[in-house]
Amino acid sequence: MAGSVNRDNLWQRVAIATPYLWLLLFFLIPFIIILKISLADPVIAQPPFTPTFDEQGALSISLDNFRFLLTDDLYAITYLRSVVIAGIATLLCLALGFPMAYGISRAREQTRGLLLLLIVLPFWISFLLRVYAWMGLMNNHGVINNTLLWLGVIDAPIQMMYTDIAVFVGLVYSYLPFMVLPLYATLERMDLDLVEAAQDLGATRTRAFWDVTWPLSRPGVVAGCMLVFIPAMGEYVIPYLLGGPESLLIGRVLFDEFFVNRDWPLASAVAVVLLLLLVVPIVILQRNQARDAEAAT
Amino acid sequence: MRKTSRFTTSVLAFGYAFLYIPLLLVVVYSFNDSRIATVWGGFSTRWYGALWQNDQVLDAALLSFRVAFTAASMATVLGTMAGLALARFRRFRGRTLFSGMITSPLVMPEVITGLSLLLLFVSLQQLTGWPGQRGFSTITIAHTTFAMAYVAIIVQSRLAAMDESLEEAAMDLGGRPLRVVFDITLPLIAPAMIAGWLLAFTLSLDDLVIASFVSGPGSSTLPMYIFSKVKLGVSPDINALATLIIAIVTIGVLIAWLATRRTRSA
Amino acid sequence: MEYKQEQSKAAQEENSSFIRISNVSKHFGDFVAVDDVSLDIGKGELFSILGGSGCGKTTLLRMLAGFEVPSGGSIEIDGLDVTRLPPYERPVNMMFQSYAVFPHMNVEKNIAYGLVKDGLPKNEIRKHVDEMLELVQLGDFRRRKPAQLSGGQRQRVALARALIKKPKVLLLDEPLAALDKKLRERTQFELMNIQYETGITFVVVTHDQEEAMTLSSRIAVMDKGQFRQVGTPKEVYEFPDNRFVAGFIGTINTFHGSIASISEETLSVYSDELQLTLPALGTHPVEVGQEVDIAVRPEKIFLSRDEPDNPDDVRIQGVVDDLGYLGNRSLYRIRLANGKIVQVSSQNRRRSVTRFLEWEDKVWISWRPRSAVVLVD
Ligand SMILES: Nc1ncnc2c1ncn2[C@@H]1O[C@H](COP(=O)(O)OP(=O)(O)OP(=O)(O)O)[C@@H](O)[C@H]1O
Ligand SMILES: [Mg+2]
Repeated sequence: MAGSVNRDNLWQRVAIATPYLWLLLFFLIPFIIILKISLADPVIAQPPFTPTFDEQGALSISLDNFRFLLTDDLYAITYLRSVVIAGIATLLCLALGFPMAYGISRAREQTRGLLLLLIVLPFWISFLLRVYAWMGLMNNHGVINNTLLWLGVIDAPIQMMYTDIAVFVGLVYSYLPFMVLPLYATLERMDLDLVEAAQDLGATRTRAFWDVTWPLSRPGVVAGCMLVFIPAMGEYVIPYLLGGPESLLIGRVLFDEFFVNRDWPLASAVAVVLLLLLVVPIVILQRNQARDAEAAT
Repeated sequence: MRKTSRFTTSVLAFGYAFLYIPLLLVVVYSFNDSRIATVWGGFSTRWYGALWQNDQVLDAALLSFRVAFTAASMATVLGTMAGLALARFRRFRGRTLFSGMITSPLVMPEVITGLSLLLLFVSLQQLTGWPGQRGFSTITIAHTTFAMAYVAIIVQSRLAAMDESLEEAAMDLGGRPLRVVFDITLPLIAPAMIAGWLLAFTLSLDDLVIASFVSGPGSSTLPMYIFSKVKLGVSPDINALATLIIAIVTIGVLIAWLATRRTRSA
Repeated sequence: MEYKQEQSKAAQEENSSFIRISNVSKHFGDFVAVDDVSLDIGKGELFSILGGSGCGKTTLLRMLAGFEVPSGGSIEIDGLDVTRLPPYERPVNMMFQSYAVFPHMNVEKNIAYGLVKDGLPKNEIRKHVDEMLELVQLGDFRRRKPAQLSGGQRQRVALARALIKKPKVLLLDEPLAALDKKLRERTQFELMNIQYETGITFVVVTHDQEEAMTLSSRIAVMDKGQFRQVGTPKEVYEFPDNRFVAGFIGTINTFHGSIASISEETLSVYSDELQLTLPALGTHPVEVGQEVDIAVRPEKIFLSRDEPDNPDDVRIQGVVDDLGYLGNRSLYRIRLANGKIVQVSSQNRRRSVTRFLEWEDKVWISWRPRSAVVLVD
């Protein structure tokens, strides 16, 4: 009997320890390394940064990279731009995603499954190719311009590619499912009697929406917004393919700093600051999910 | 009274058009004979033939599938263990850190995950000599790490929704915990594991940014190949490749959907 | 009971059609949920709609509230045709089966909601809310959120919220179904009191026959979208119109037979099962020879060891097949010579002969001629 108890204990330990060790090695330690390197200086060597401890074993760290990030306007502006662009894209996603999620949740049971499937389907198709699809649409000689020219609405192509508009379109297009799905989950769960009760007590349909449906869908709104905002902040592909050279976003700056300038310490510092910026939305998201899970039980 | 308003219906229609028209156009233009991708030059399937001849595409696709298959399988094993640990083992040392590490990869920007893992591999190489070359193994490890988080969450929520009394009943009837896991728990969470595996597989196939960081020279995944072409603008063979992917995914998802619908209604 | 019936009768005569439902139907695709129903409800009545699951009760109530538009027919309330009026324009409020208390508003805000929508001044709203809180005894809970209330308290918030607008009609969908038995009984009386104090017409939907019997001035028994009988609790119980109503409300013993003769007061029915001719009351026109059922309630049947001496009574011999003690009364299953089981319920009084009955004891069952009714369909 004692043997079996030990064996069961062993199984539990294995089940915990294996993923635990994996995550420690491949998730936590890498962050410590980023932090470490962000405190080093770049050198032309392999690897291209100074060791944390010099030959004498003394600690050699510097805050130069962070000082540089704060003083150089380019970085401050890029961080700010990223926040603003990700924020606007999030609001656009919400404006389009909320009525969609609402419509799906109120559709008939049989059609609902299909409508949801159609939301999820693009998510399974390559992200990169979906962004690419818009390149063909928004080109100066792309489908949209050709159609408008042909219709006589415009005489010369509108510049859409390599502008912020293209970036917004790309962001909304790519992240819309992340907005619709959590919203749908809350709306679908919502007791429709509540809306009817409000109408019964004298609220019109519109009023009942703002008094009842909207406040009660807050968990879905928060989750959806955070799920769009966070990845949009670090987005690399969309600004690279659709945005202009001057429409810098922080994800792209990080990528270029690392691959083009080979300044590993500065890239690490950029990553650390980005992560600090994202701590707030990530905490909001996790609190929201915990509260939502609690309310659901 | 529980009908949707005209406003909602029109936004819904607009939203779906927004989602699908770009994809549809890619499909249409993949049959375009013209080399200039935006000018219609008649119907042709020549770009599909060209794809077949393109060794770079085939190599990249092969690498992507090998990585995706391995990473999805490893992520399913690790993620299932993690999901079980979170849902069923209430208390153990370091639980908070553990659940934090499970959920964080879900919200981590790809550039940061990619950068941090590359820096890890570089440091490891300095210390131990491994990995001598970055490629299949490093990409697989990176993909396993972020995909296992998704599997863990799916398995955990399935377990949370599941009645624990089933397992307790099995133990009550004399099953030892490990047996119970294999006899009762695993069969019950099998759908979640399959869903997790499929999601992990797709995420891995889809990833560009992390793979760009952790792969070495000479090994490109399919997204990396596509990106290198797409950077230069719209090109007809990429249209053909995209169409193939869209077709495969759509057929796969539809089959899966019809199958689950059948089993649910049966 | 007595006083309520008189009150309801008076109300009916005074204003017999405060709510007038005329030939109302509701179709969902091919499915007919409510089938050509007509009904008049008087002002101040506490009217119950009783029926099994899925018979269309909620659908009918939702048409009264304005959440469903009838496929045919019309609904008038206090002389106003409301058939196509949206819910927020009707002088009607509803208490939902789920209570539908707004989870993001506290008790006070919930109750005030209807008046706020009407744009009443703040101090007036406050006054009415205070009144309501007192009526439903929730004064100490005004700042609580619904999640911090018990089921019974939530039910009272829903009631107060629906009453505060002083509607002409209050609709209640299974108002007590979510409460436990003890609380349900207490709340029944509270509801009756509140109805009496406010004088508002209540239409209650329920599937619980006991609840309908205690609460209501009148009951409509519903089946498959149609009314099978409308009447006072006593009428419905004692003189069921048909087999469905007889079987739905309480338990009842039925014997098959055919009409032997018809007199002014009673009918006589020859029961082939019992090979006896029995007297019974009829409520429907019948002909001699027509096949009918005779129905007798278990509590109208007496048990005795010796043959009862009243020659007018129906008397049949049998043996005790099974018995069950329920505290204040006992239930017996008596097996007749032909094997048929008759259910008998008797009060447990101190000296009652039935106290010492045992399995397989020989007994007589008997009932008064006027205790049996004839069921035609
Ligand atoms: N919106 C709808 N669409 C289709 N069928 C409906 C709809 N609403 C109700 N029904 C059907 O109409 C019938 C009557 O429903 P209703 O809700 O009125 O029953 P009920 O008497 O209130 O039952 P319960 O006691 O279970 O609440 C049911 O068979 C139900 O399936
Ligand atoms: Mg109902």
